[in-house]
Amino acid sequence: MMRRRLLSFCAALAAFSLMAAPAEAMKIERVVSPGGIEAWLVEESAVPVIVMHVSWEGGSASDPKGKEGIANLASGLFDEGAGDLDSETFQKKLAATGAVMGFSEDRDYFEASFKTLADKRDEAFALFGLAVTKPRFDPDAVERIRAQIATIIARNMEDPGWIAAQDWYKAAYGSHPYARPSDGTLKSLAGLTVADLHAFKRNVLARDNMKIAVVGPITPAELAPLLDRTFGALPAHARLPKIPEVKVAAKTKTVIEKRPFPQSVVIFGRQGLKRADPDFVPAFVMNYVLGGGSFSSRLMEEVREKRGLAYSVSSYLVPLRHGAMMMGELGTKNASVGLSLSLIRKELARMAAGGVTDKELADAKTYLTGSYPLRFNSNRKIAGELIGIQTENLGIDYVDRRNAMIEAVTKEDIARVAKRLLAGNELIVSIVGEPNMSEKLPEGTKLRPMPEPTGRPTEGAPGASQ
Amino acid sequence: MLLSHEFRLRHLTATALLAVFLVSAADAAPQATLPSSPAASAQGAEPGSDPRPVAQDPRAPEMFRLANGMGVLVIPDHRAPVVTHMVWYRVGAADETPGKTGLAHFLEHLMFKGTEKIAPGEFSKTIARNGGQDNAFTNYDFTAYYQAIAKDRLPLVMSMEADRMTGLRLTDKEVLPERDVVLEELRMRLENEPVALLQSAMNAKLYGKHPYGRDVIGVKSEVEKLSTADALDFYRRFYTPNNAILIVAGDITGAELKPLAEKYYGSIPDRAPTYVRKRPAVEWPKAPERVTLHDPRVQEPTWLRFYPAPSQAGAGPREAAALDVLAEILGGGTTSRLYQALVVREKVASSVQSWYDGDNLDAGDFGIYALPRLGGNLADAEKAIAVEVARLLKDGVAADELDRAKTQLVASDIYARDTQQTLAYAYGSALMTGVSAREVFEWPDYIRAVTADDVLAAAHKVFDKSNTVTGELLPEEKP
Repeated sequence: MMRRRLLSFCAALAAFSLMAAPAEAMKIERVVSPGGIEAWLVEESAVPVIVMHVSWEGGSASDPKGKEGIANLASGLFDEGAGDLDSETFQKKLAATGAVMGFSEDRDYFEASFKTLADKRDEAFALFGLAVTKPRFDPDAVERIRAQIATIIARNMEDPGWIAAQDWYKAAYGSHPYARPSDGTLKSLAGLTVADLHAFKRNVLARDNMKIAVVGPITPAELAPLLDRTFGALPAHARLPKIPEVKVAAKTKTVIEKRPFPQSVVIFGRQGLKRADPDFVPAFVMNYVLGGGSFSSRLMEEVREKRGLAYSVSSYLVPLRHGAMMMGELGTKNASVGLSLSLIRKELARMAAGGVTDKELADAKTYLTGSYPLRFNSNRKIAGELIGIQTENLGIDYVDRRNAMIEAVTKEDIARVAKRLLAGNELIVSIVGEPNMSEKLPEGTKLRPMPEPTGRPTEGAPGASQ
Repeated sequence: MLLSHEFRLRHLTATALLAVFLVSAADAAPQATLPSSPAASAQGAEPGSDPRPVAQDPRAPEMFRLANGMGVLVIPDHRAPVVTHMVWYRVGAADETPGKTGLAHFLEHLMFKGTEKIAPGEFSKTIARNGGQDNAFTNYDFTAYYQAIAKDRLPLVMSMEADRMTGLRLTDKEVLPERDVVLEELRMRLENEPVALLQSAMNAKLYGKHPYGRDVIGVKSEVEKLSTADALDFYRRFYTPNNAILIVAGDITGAELKPLAEKYYGSIPDRAPTYVRKRPAVEWPKAPERVTLHDPRVQEPTWLRFYPAPSQAGAGPREAAALDVLAEILGGGTTSRLYQALVVREKVASSVQSWYDGDNLDAGDFGIYALPRLGGNLADAEKAIAVEVARLLKDGVAADELDRAKTQLVASDIYARDTQQTLAYAYGSALMTGVSAREVFEWPDYIRAVTADDVLAAAHKVFDKSNTVTGELLPEEKP
């Protein structure tokens, strides 16, 4: 029952982990194995669960041309037989330990997540090590997973959110690898071979592009030899293609894909900032005020709270390795797409021209710093944070420095970064549904009267919009 | 192994609704959905009503009752200096009167609007200014509100939550735009999702006139007419300390919490009689039912079947545990019988899964779904499923698959305890649906105790009758 109740709640609560500050006592240790493999460890004995996250640079953007979807196909196959164990035997052995492993890819990284009960540690790590070092890619398993992915690709093409995202990336990135769907296409999927899978494994799962985070009841002395046993057989060096740097063109473009959905899904965006950009932290704070702060953001206020036009509207920064976006999304009934977009454009322009108020900045800081510990209250969350900090090269002391970086952001920083990110009217928009693009609602559609101000301080200058 | 679609479907099998749908750069924002479970009177399950400790174990939650009778549950977790604070009301969508469906969820949204002390919209902003995150959710049998926040801000959130237990102020100015927000939520969760529409129609067949036969979010034509007065009437009847429990999980002990809980909640007088849930018994279908939905947005078909099953409260923990093990053996993962038969050997499906949902108060269900391979058809999958079910009934289960299923269920229960909020949710939803905290705490032991005979008995209970509801989602019919 627990499992029933809990599995379902995970969905509801994934929304929790917005930002995070740490347990005061949390200590991150750098563990280096005799063979030179490094992992970051947080020893934590509150629950008898060891969680390990591993990230390899080399996601779907590294898929060779014509082999689109190879990282994704591989992600379905590392636990489908390894070493002397065929798929069924491997799965049964894994199930008998209670351990869980999963593989996934995004545009930049190939990732593994793994958890085991502490008392099954050695058996479970041995299976994981076998999976990443000696996957079999047996033809029957390959065909079965290929068929599953084909179903997923076909079903994605029915999903308005997926379609809108694909359309947006295509409009923004054209022929750059970032514009390709991670899953590949039905056509590219059909052409992938077992040799391609072995090549993927050889090229991407190496030691010099790998980051490891471990959390749970395990000591550095116990972890170090396990690292060598688990990962030691991987090749020393990855072979990754060079991915060109890319920018979102500053252009106005709206892509509409007509489908009979009563609610349009809208994605909008423009060029963003890389994580290493000195303005990234101010941009992050700025975005909290604009559309990152759930109930508290300007977009929520204007689109949802005042007018009831949407259940969800938000904005976010997407810093990739070779490009960066400032994006947002919205779901609204077809009749109010034009009106909602015009409100959003006004808010982007108002931010670009006026930045944030003292009060908004103060509120953003207390939220972003105060909520940082909420990112560290489970082994799984801690492991996720440690991987993110490593892949972004933020430094092992980042957790201790991070809140001070937020505190240091000034109104002037935000004004500068808002101008940099949001000045000009260019916006790439993709919409799936049957949108009415007019700012006016069609005849017969009622918009609730605008409520009177509620006594809250006015945000920004009223005349600042475009 | 690929499970993305399976989980997506799994989460659609039940419906709890969040006040806000969050999307951020760092996190994909998933759907908020949940099942919940059981029996007529939840009295025995209320914290404080059972004087025994949950268990003689330092990790067990602690329960006590406040001066005014409100129950409290404390779940210790000292890994980070944060707490999750939740107030659960024993009222949900199944307690709405006909014609006013969607009211429980609508009120949940309106609880963020304001009180004499808090200006409209300021509740969540105040929580955020203090570094906290808040939200709320509604299901058939409960409505709950929560905040995750630094431990030292607990008095603040307690005072605010206690204030809105009886001090809500609503005017049309806030209520009417929020009704539009809820209608957008209904479009997103239901009208934009063909699989959700199919499940909605199937639930109507399975549960008939019982409120579980309609969506938590309500009937659109009724939601459109809900008024400020409707919301306030519902609020005054059901939001009272004698109909609520408090759960705090995190860096706190019972001794630390008790004086705070007495101060903020123990001082609130009851303002309505204790609500006793009396609902019509579920009248299961008399014969096999089938719902076939054609949708122009669909290319790839989906097959689903719901079998009548008891809730956990109705079945008791032993039988509920056996049903969980049955679902795991039959269709829990890649080593399960259905996966091995349909996906691996016969290649008629790309995924298949079964589950037991006993998490509502009055009744549960047992479900199976299958997605055919591209170009495949639903009939082949349905036939292959029938063969596997018959084989299980005839031969029972083997020792190795029983052990494996139990190991996996116990492990996933322990994994789930890693996260404070999910743990608090598990206890809260149990207490709201006639299941005791002790049952939640001892659940791994119930799973370990399941025998092959228990699984077979559970299988007969679910599969012997033919009064199932089968759903087929298909592309639009070509003229």
